[in-house]
Amino acid sequence: MSDSSYWFQPPPRPSLIPMRPQTPISPPVEVSIDGEKVSVPAGSTILDACKKIGRDTPTICYHDTLEPVNVCRVCVVEVEGSRILVPSCSRKVEPEMVIQTASDRVRHSRKMVLEFLQSSVDLSTAPQILDQARRYQTNPARYGDPSPPAIQNERDHHHAGHHEIPSGEMAQTVAQPPKVDNNLYVRDYAKCLLCYKCVEACGTDAQNTFAIAVAGRGFDGRISTEYNKPLPDSACVYCGNCIAVCPTGALSFKSEFDMRQAGTWDESLQTQTDTICSYCGVGCTLTLHVQENKIVKVTSPFEQEITEGNLCIKGRFGYSHVQNIEE
Amino acid sequence: MFGAGGGTNSYEEIENTNVILLWGSNARETHPIFFHHILKGIHNGAKLFAIDPRRTSSARWADSWLGLDVGTDIVVSNAMAREIIASGLHNPDFIRHATQGFEAYARSVEPFTLDFAERESGVPKETLREMAHTYAQADRAIICWTLGITEHHNAVDNVQSLINLALLTGHIGKYGSGLNPLRGQNNVQGGGDMGALPDRLPGFQHIEVDAFREKFNRKWNTTLPPKKGLNLTEMFHAMENGSLKALYVIGENPLQSEADRKHAEKVLRGLDFLVVQDMFLTATGELADVVLPAAAGWCESEGTVTNSERRVQRVRQALVPPKGAKDDLEILFELARRLGHDWGKPHAREIWEELRSLSPVHAGISYERLASGKGIQWPCWDDSHPGEMFLHGRLWEKPRNGPPVAFTPVAHDPPVERLCPEFPIRLTTGRRLDDYNTGVQTSGYSSPLRRGETLDLSPEDAQKLGVFPGEIVLVVSRRGAIQAPVRVTESLRQGLAFMTFHFQDNINTNILTIDETDPRSGTAEFKACAIRVERLVA
Repeated sequence: MSDSSYWFQPPPRPSLIPMRPQTPISPPVEVSIDGEKVSVPAGSTILDACKKIGRDTPTICYHDTLEPVNVCRVCVVEVEGSRILVPSCSRKVEPEMVIQTASDRVRHSRKMVLEFLQSSVDLSTAPQILDQARRYQTNPARYGDPSPPAIQNERDHHHAGHHEIPSGEMAQTVAQPPKVDNNLYVRDYAKCLLCYKCVEACGTDAQNTFAIAVAGRGFDGRISTEYNKPLPDSACVYCGNCIAVCPTGALSFKSEFDMRQAGTWDESLQTQTDTICSYCGVGCTLTLHVQENKIVKVTSPFEQEITEGNLCIKGRFGYSHVQNIEE
Repeated sequence: MFGAGGGTNSYEEIENTNVILLWGSNARETHPIFFHHILKGIHNGAKLFAIDPRRTSSARWADSWLGLDVGTDIVVSNAMAREIIASGLHNPDFIRHATQGFEAYARSVEPFTLDFAERESGVPKETLREMAHTYAQADRAIICWTLGITEHHNAVDNVQSLINLALLTGHIGKYGSGLNPLRGQNNVQGGGDMGALPDRLPGFQHIEVDAFREKFNRKWNTTLPPKKGLNLTEMFHAMENGSLKALYVIGENPLQSEADRKHAEKVLRGLDFLVVQDMFLTATGELADVVLPAAAGWCESEGTVTNSERRVQRVRQALVPPKGAKDDLEILFELARRLGHDWGKPHAREIWEELRSLSPVHAGISYERLASGKGIQWPCWDDSHPGEMFLHGRLWEKPRNGPPVAFTPVAHDPPVERLCPEFPIRLTTGRRLDDYNTGVQTSGYSSPLRRGETLDLSPEDAQKLGVFPGEIVLVVSRRGAIQAPVRVTESLRQGLAFMTFHFQDNINTNILTIDETDPRSGTAEFKACAIRVERLVA
């Protein structure tokens, strides 16, 4: 190689700037939303079109980096000619679609979804969902006082058909103690509304580790490892990519969980600084959440093309060597 | 390669390619987020071939795993080339247009028949044939490699043999086709780009080219030495023969990371003067005459790093470093001042501006443009240039733009340390998902995956030796012996053992490894030494 001229002289610039091959662009699609005409690229969803004209569309299970799973039903809209309400996050626009986003039927349906979730799930660390609930004027109190929490692991052993019929005087809940079985993650399923995002992130949408899935049916549905094993005995590789997409705080980093328990978690004291992980040459952006000169959490921006918000165990948790310990 | 020292493709191209050869790399554990892009490629229909002596967690995703014997990479690549040529699947138009030396190369691979390759590498010939045909016939194909290629005594030949495959088939200089070394640290690429190589000034400008040197002489008002310096291996030889007497180590732990630890220690102790600049008092630091406590580059200082797709990215200060620790720049500037050169106050941005004025490939990468968070790929020639997403597109231009690129025939040269009745097992070393190199940064966090150092053995060898999982055994090489617990894993074939070097304060794997290096790259053969295993209990 050393006898070649380019060892000493850099090769010439290419005449053209290297680019990805152009894909043919289909004509845009025009739809009507609440009587307003809007034009979006072919392949867009109804949600994309709603966002384009600033139409209020609540979402819970939808995430920019994940395939829509259509489970929360809070983003539903009315489409002319469709018998049922359609989830706007996954339904693609079609020419001349006529969409209603604020009809009584849509508002009522969204309100019911939010009200049921509020009555059964602890949303105390999900301010965005509570905000949506306020905007839809929910009244979860009408389902009665919340039923007492299950004991540890009780909900993991419910089988279909093994139920007493509830009296109807109390609101059924998923309340239960948090699962703390390792030093990195806490799973507080009293806060889980089964949006499936963690399952998607652990599965084909990002990590492809498949450590968790939804077990059980109906109200017994829950996120579980295989045979409900503790996390350290499961396939989990502690990338934290499930925590990153959890909308309610059901999954959290132990560092954050412990500080919240101790009452020392204070986002007003925290800074967020983007830097680059040092653990390999891929170049993942780390957002370091720092409180009082200590790293309290590590995330990555979802819009970052290298990571799409995902990290590995080293980038996510391997920061103890720079934690400044007061003496 | 071809005068530009960087991977030729972008990560997005691996999602949109048709064939991926992952060669000597367990990216699933060592470059996990890069592997996400490979997984997208797989889900988009790409075929993955994993060429690795171990059936790693990456290989488990492969359509085909080629479990070759350690150090037979050139047997496999040359046999692929022979099969491609013999089947008429090479790209004669590209070869004629953009390359030279094909005839000599074709002759050199002629002896590497599939039968020979199967015998020599242990890979079934049908599998070899399938990989050769699939790679050659693909519309787009990418080869990625890491230390399984480079931690050998013939590292440069190994890399060259992969480059030859790309030239043979024209899988270079196009979207979705190319050659990509995955870098092991956030700034391996950037360090080389900035001239931290014995023969290069910043921007890959060779120090022995007068015009380049003159440019820097003028800018820096100095006279640079007109000859290239020493690489790490050559430095160790120079220390050994006494011609190199003082060493200044920044952010490296050679006592624990070099092969053959006993030898490394002897050489380092023989120095007149050793300075170590690091975040921690490393094992090497303990030998030093002067230790300079440094801030953590990735979170306690400002600057840039460059990743495996040549993307320059900003690092930013998030933490105030502990008392007494200084940014590397501050230390270097202070040292310069005390040696009689006042460079003023260090500002990462001003240094970057200086680089832009001296390195044409970085000229368009301004701090303003880097602020967006996405980074910019070099070469980026001016403020409006977007950065080149893949390299060597010039090779396809008609008429050809610039000189042709050369095939380099390479010969098979097995690991220096052969197996023999006294040392019958091949030990190869590597890394695991949750730990990093010598453990300086990672040993402190509580990983539920961590199980400490083990001697990994195949079920066949464990049975033959009569050892059971968890049993502490004696591992002996020609250079020394250590004790380690046994772990039995089906990812290893008979005759192959595996260890990491993450836990050297407890188990010193590099007591065993061999200090045989490639004179051209300075990389040691960490991937292949010969051991035997002895039971400690009767």
